[in-house]
Amino acid sequence: MIASLSLILLCQLAGEVMVRGLGLPMPGPVVGMLILLLLLLARDRFALLAKGPLQGDGVEGASRGLLAHLSLLFIPAGVGVVQKLDLLAEHGIAILLILAVSVVITLLVTVATFLVSSRLMTRGKQIP
Amino acid sequence: MSENPFSLWVYLSQSPLLWLTVTLLTYAVVDAVSLKTNRHALANPVLHSIWIIGVFLLATGTSYTTYFGGAQFVHFLLGPATVALAVPLYENRKVVAAAILPMLLALVIGSITAIVSVVVLAQMAGLPRGIVLSLSSKSVTAGVAMGISESLHADPSLTAVSVVLTGIMGAIIVTPLMNRTGITDFRARGFAVGLAAHGIGTARAFQVDAVAGVFAGIAMSLNALVTSLLVPLAVTLLVR
Repeated sequence: MIASLSLILLCQLAGEVMVRGLGLPMPGPVVGMLILLLLLLARDRFALLAKGPLQGDGVEGASRGLLAHLSLLFIPAGVGVVQKLDLLAEHGIAILLILAVSVVITLLVTVATFLVSSRLMTRGKQIP
Repeated sequence: MSENPFSLWVYLSQSPLLWLTVTLLTYAVVDAVSLKTNRHALANPVLHSIWIIGVFLLATGTSYTTYFGGAQFVHFLLGPATVALAVPLYENRKVVAAAILPMLLALVIGSITAIVSVVVLAQMAGLPRGIVLSLSSKSVTAGVAMGISESLHADPSLTAVSVVLTGIMGAIIVTPLMNRTGITDFRARGFAVGLAAHGIGTARAFQVDAVAGVFAGIAMSLNALVTSLLVPLAVTLLVR
């Protein structure tokens, strides 16, 4: 458990170091995720790597545990709304409406793009 | 036992222990209720935890800074949780590889839609420039959005609030919206909610369907990348 958590933190740390060091325009944890993914893929190819948290269900179990309560992790940032009550009293309704309309448009456009392109792809495969 | 119960409160209300306990306990209760309702969209654990804790802070006159002293231990885990998304991605790598092209197209078009729609609407509503800039990155996860907001000289704390509001609304709306429009492809549904409503949407997707959760997680991570590149460009083109 501790070894698995350490591996996750180590990936994040490596990600942060790479982002800061190379001036990459992406968040450190996202690079950390790519590093962990590469480690898991490399483990399947080289038995040498299947040690410690990378064997059994080590890092997989710890990750599933973290993701099972992803909602919880957003609460501290969300409670920050108490600092913005005066601004929300002034522009709150406009902001809420704008965010709601924007999220619905984004959901529909994204889902439509995904479905249309995936349908075009399978059709393209069937013709030849 | 302290002579004065008030002095005990003064001591506890300044300690991280109390606020960490309040955060976890509130979530545990709200999450149990949400489970009882079979994960009804309106029983969103984030939404209800936030207002309950918010009311408690206002009622006790506690500042957000004091609260965050305890809650920061939970907030910190956002980073490791992002890294942990590698595991569902790895476990579903075949499904993901098969859908790589639709994913990339949906990513670029969805990300542009998320930014342009909010900037155009906010300007039409006549909101001040500072607020328009603060809302522009609302579809990406909190840490990244606050970074973008800072680089635009907007208000990062307003950005964080708009991020969480967007996430909650997306998570509440997605299931009824997709059911009504008759979309049954859980890859597409998950991808859309992860892109539009980041981690809160992803948490919702995992509640509904495992494959939807995986695609939501990928969309959230990729969108963090694309949005940080696109927002500065969109702001120069669109904001007067």
